[in-house]
Amino acid sequence: MLILAIDTSAVASAALISDDALEGVVESFATEDTRSHAEVLAPGIEKLLADAGVSGADIDLIVTGVGPGPFTGLRSGIATARTLAFAWNKPLFGLMSLDAIALEVAESTEAQAEFLVATDARRKEVYWARYTLNDSQLPELVDGPHVGFASELPDLPVFGAGGGIYADVVNANEEFSSTQPDAASLGQFAMALLAAGAELPDSTPLYLRESDAQVPGPRKRAL
Amino acid sequence: MNRSHTVQPLVLGIESSCDETGVGIVRGTTLLTNTVSSSMDEHVRFGGVIPEIASRAHLDAFVPTLQEALHEAGVTLDDIDAIAVTSGPGLAGALMVGVCAAKALSVATGKPLYAINHLVAHVGVALLDGGAGGTGGLGSAGRLPENLGALLVSGGHTEILRIRSITDDVEMLGSTIDDAAGEAYDKVARLLGLGYPGGPAIDKLAKEGNAKAIRFPRGLTQPKYMGTTEEPGPHRYDWSFSGLKTAVARCVEQFEARGEDVPVADIAAAFQEAVVDVITSKAVLACKENGITDLLLGGGVAANSRLRELTGQRCSSAGITLHVPPLPLCTDNGAMVAALGSQLIMAGIDPSGVAFAPDSSLPVTTVSV
Ligand SMILES: [Zn+2]
Repeated sequence: MLILAIDTSAVASAALISDDALEGVVESFATEDTRSHAEVLAPGIEKLLADAGVSGADIDLIVTGVGPGPFTGLRSGIATARTLAFAWNKPLFGLMSLDAIALEVAESTEAQAEFLVATDARRKEVYWARYTLNDSQLPELVDGPHVGFASELPDLPVFGAGGGIYADVVNANEEFSSTQPDAASLGQFAMALLAAGAELPDSTPLYLRESDAQVPGPRKRAL
Repeated sequence: MNRSHTVQPLVLGIESSCDETGVGIVRGTTLLTNTVSSSMDEHVRFGGVIPEIASRAHLDAFVPTLQEALHEAGVTLDDIDAIAVTSGPGLAGALMVGVCAAKALSVATGKPLYAINHLVAHVGVALLDGGAGGTGGLGSAGRLPENLGALLVSGGHTEILRIRSITDDVEMLGSTIDDAAGEAYDKVARLLGLGYPGGPAIDKLAKEGNAKAIRFPRGLTQPKYMGTTEEPGPHRYDWSFSGLKTAVARCVEQFEARGEDVPVADIAAAFQEAVVDVITSKAVLACKENGITDLLLGGGVAANSRLRELTGQRCSSAGITLHVPPLPLCTDNGAMVAALGSQLIMAGIDPSGVAFAPDSSLPVTTVSV
């Protein structure tokens, strides 16, 4: 099985995941900055396919991170994934983007029985979720995702860039203080879930915040 | 693309610069389909387009709109020779959705992608020939008149352009320096309690009012802005509507302060007259002083009855031929993007690739990226 995974909830990233390949990752790329998704994503995917020598026909399914993440960037990945899935006529699924970091935590020596994953939500807030780990199991989402102030997080170790930014007020794990959701981990998570017989959700974005629009109140009359 | 395809290329155009998700398909200069999904209803309670709501709607509307367009045109993605997409100007977040989708289509199909200018596409639509929904006129045999101008009026823009070549020589003669005309309509309609979108509501009510009952200011018409033919002022062909909106608000307040009924129909008529008078007088002046003999009217406000009437009158007395495409091609749509893409291909212009960035303030001189 060959999965194309895409996530643009923070940085732009894409990966080809195969259950045949060593460690599962065939090819992957990720940018460092969080603001140039529209430029880099399509060329990145084009190169990914070329480097791996695969075409759309070889891909079995597409997985996209559905956030939470800053809206415009998040949509660039979902729009890309939905369009590729339509053009290639492949199934498309969505995974919560923070799961990508949770899997990396679970596979690291820093793993904890219970922990938080957080990313930058801008406006002094973080996107966060709480996970638990049982022996040799995938991380299990037990609360979230939410958006809120870092200072109001539950008192647990925090993994991911959202912890790193607010290390002064949260118990941030140093090893993971700049980790962003990455398509390679997201795709591996999807592969593991499928192998376990789980059904994957659709690509509906998790915005968590309403648009800023205010319904205008009635106009004040002069008298 | 083989040669026959560059003569009559099959082009799919994608538009997402404001609140319409559009996918259009043309073959050469023949329109095959113009499929549009609008999020206008979702903006009604806000009295104007909310960018984030428009962007969310684009994301959900794109694939269904694409699917419907392909179905209506009776073609498959394999048949398409090239893809064109609006890369600006427009709302940044909204543009991003269409651009990412267009790039993904290009990557998935290997078809060349053209990133094009939305304003020029409003002109390009006039090159589509007759048939269902075609413009039937301006672009005879796919050629534009030699001395062509375009007056674009909508909720997003108010501009007058000069087009020497649709593929590589377009110039901005004048534009609004603040609100677009359509925006002014929306704001005044809200002020008068007429709902959203404001254009149709004001146009309808204005017919019952006396446009001469009140005189509202025409922005940027004082000599210091206009100058003379020989020495043009800084805003000779530019417009401003924010002062007009303030004047309407002040007027309503004065009636209320005196405890009188607000003559809503008269205000609507007088406001509309002020907008349409200043738009058409400046547009016709720009045409006369730049040797423009054919004027294309585009944008959603082209639906306004008074704008069509007065532009027609003033053009004909100035010896200018006015062209107005059918309304579904005046408002934002994907067919205009495809039509311009088709012109670029037929002119042998290189595609844009997939690494460009959308540009919310793309200048009109950049026809394709
Ligand atoms: Zn437009």
